[in-house]
Amino acid sequence: MTFDYAPAPESRAIVDIPASHGLFVDGEFRPAADEAVFKTVAPASEEVLSEVANAGAEDVDAAVRSARKAFASWSALPGSERAKYLFRIARLVQERSRELAVLESLDNGKPIRESRDVDLPLVAAHFFYYAGWADKLEHAGFGPAPRPLGVAGGVIPWNFPLLMLAWKVAPALATGNTMVLKPAETTPLTALLFARICQQAGLPPGVLNILTGDGATGAALVAHPGIDKVAFTGSTEVGKAIARTVAGSHKRVTLELGGKAAHIVFDDAALDQAVEGIVQGIFFNQGHVCCAGSRLLVQESVADELLAALKARMSTLRVGDPLDKNTDIGAINSAEQLARIRELADAGEAEGAERWAPSCELPSTGYWFAPTLFTGVTQAHRIAREEIFGPVLSVLTFRTPQEAVEKANNTPYGLSAGIWTEKGSRSLWMANRLRAGVIWSNTFNKFDPTSPFGGYQESGYGREGGRHGLEAYLDV
Amino acid sequence: MSSKAETLADVTASDAALRRFLHGLPGVDAVGLEARAAALGTRSIKTTAKAYALDLAISMIDLTTLEGADTPGKVRALCAKGRNPDPTDRATPQVAAICVYSDLVAVAREALAGSGIAVASVATAFPAGRAARSVKLADVAEAVAAGADEVDMVIDRGAFLAGRYLSVYEEIVAVRAACGDAHLKVILENGELATYDNIRRASWLAMLAGADFIKTSTGKVGVNATPANTLLMLQAVRDFRAATGRQIGVKPAGGIRTAKDALKFLVLVNETAGPDWLSPEWFRFGASSLLNDLLMQRQKLGTGRYSGPDYVTVD
Repeated sequence: MTFDYAPAPESRAIVDIPASHGLFVDGEFRPAADEAVFKTVAPASEEVLSEVANAGAEDVDAAVRSARKAFASWSALPGSERAKYLFRIARLVQERSRELAVLESLDNGKPIRESRDVDLPLVAAHFFYYAGWADKLEHAGFGPAPRPLGVAGGVIPWNFPLLMLAWKVAPALATGNTMVLKPAETTPLTALLFARICQQAGLPPGVLNILTGDGATGAALVAHPGIDKVAFTGSTEVGKAIARTVAGSHKRVTLELGGKAAHIVFDDAALDQAVEGIVQGIFFNQGHVCCAGSRLLVQESVADELLAALKARMSTLRVGDPLDKNTDIGAINSAEQLARIRELADAGEAEGAERWAPSCELPSTGYWFAPTLFTGVTQAHRIAREEIFGPVLSVLTFRTPQEAVEKANNTPYGLSAGIWTEKGSRSLWMANRLRAGVIWSNTFNKFDPTSPFGGYQESGYGREGGRHGLEAYLDV
Repeated sequence: MSSKAETLADVTASDAALRRFLHGLPGVDAVGLEARAAALGTRSIKTTAKAYALDLAISMIDLTTLEGADTPGKVRALCAKGRNPDPTDRATPQVAAICVYSDLVAVAREALAGSGIAVASVATAFPAGRAARSVKLADVAEAVAAGADEVDMVIDRGAFLAGRYLSVYEEIVAVRAACGDAHLKVILENGELATYDNIRRASWLAMLAGADFIKTSTGKVGVNATPANTLLMLQAVRDFRAATGRQIGVKPAGGIRTAKDALKFLVLVNETAGPDWLSPEWFRFGASSLLNDLLMQRQKLGTGRYSGPDYVTVD
């Protein structure tokens, strides 16, 4: 007899998924002007979940006009009144968090344990946090009466659909802007349920418009002359295209792009917790995390011991049904992303790195990739330089703190880094030298609405979260 | 024994060598350890897994009474409970052991005759351990002579906290010798060691000295078994086996009162030390009220309804 955990699926009956969804414009749902639609599937089963309107240029224009119209009255409201709406939204998110978590796991493929315990609590926390700022903006350090920018356009990725929505919408609305938001093509459903929550909260029409669509919709939104600010989270490639589009215009931009974070483990680290940190750093959310600790830099003197422990730990990861409460690793979000992960992993092998994955049975339908580790990786390998955005860890070694800094910084990115050492002075010495927007000490992938987040170099510019996150939406 | 184990033999050659070894063990990050224990606590154990785990937990219990008011009658009642935990369902497993003070070992021995249930005795001036070594060893000898199969000793926390590791080590070795064939469980009293680094060091110290089990606590101080300190000890036995080939058991004791908590501990075992530890030979719960909650959950699983405290025996 062995201790096999019986299936413990979260019920999907809690969420009602309409067969088709319209665009959320001016407080109401409507089809696209040209009635175009696309399908969104559950990546774990390839089941079609719903049909969603595909916004075209005409819809973008209508949404921007609605947001512009709403801006006058929304920005004129006292901050304490705007706060009431945001607090109400935050509470509704909490009340409906199970529904939202199930829908997020269905549409995105992430395990319910994460959508329930990480995404949703952070979404609510973000709205509570920025609701609190709405009537205190004059104390935020941006002058006595900082003014909003106007209409903000948000384009968000598929890895944390609702959380990225919260990162954009909460500060934008708290500061008095109105917004047009485009969720990712593969994960539109929670944003549309969020739109219903905005209706439930009585948010005035036009303050938030949600346009589902593909890359063309996002491009049209970013290029629209009626928006004053672009907030983008996604790939570096698209980020560069956005920067080119808005160059020379009055539009403000914040870009939160890719990463290839170094996760640095010294020989005096708390090894068991470092192993947990590494697992959390790269396998959290199937590695679909821009700040994922995808390059493990381990001090050579402890590498064998650490890798043995890491492999043992990886063998206990449970890959499978995202709605099972005991699942640690869910499905890859799309066939396209799976192909990219496979391509890079194959390149790792072809370039001579040693590939290892625990034996685990992957479901026969849907998009799946086993947690994978590459050893013998050098800075010259593609898997050490390019963002894989999947559950693939590249392991490199170093000998001295100086070498760790040099290798960690040797990347065009600079979003995050992690340091594991029991020596506080060494942590601080390293943190001062690492070029990364977020540096975690003896932990990884910890998020909090009070903490600013953003990158260096090709990881983007601007900060989201905390007091700093207000600046991106204020005319300062 | 592997050459690695022989290397470990050197670390107890002197106080300085032992100190160097224990202080050279990897540190413990408290936040990370507690986060991992909490994350494993969210595992959802249902239906067949739950049925398996409830029975396993019952079979791992060291059913315990350690009160000044203990009497032969009380101990006999506890033994009867251990033999037949649920009179309405004879398929219910027996507990692993009955744990008593050394002067009541003979009573328990007689009451458990033929049952296969072990008699465990606390000893070494339990719970404080503040007595001369000769007194502690006499306590052990009495317990073993009266028929104890297992001895639960306490370490000298004063000596440990003063940094006299070799003294703690030598005392465990002496108790080990006094135990003869009896199994030795070494109680670290995590609540008094206070830091996770200390708990890891004390775990290794006890294992090096010949413990068969390492046990979290006496149940007599403010902090007893917690998911985090038990997880840490499970890591220690896992690492010790990897280093020496010798498997050591773990016993959390004190404060585990509900079936839900017990199942969380079993998840810790399963995903840390591994399935090899999922038997009464390698994992025990030191508990008293836990048993009745396990029985009520077991009845609920069998019948589909909750029975209530009047449908399990109070002993």
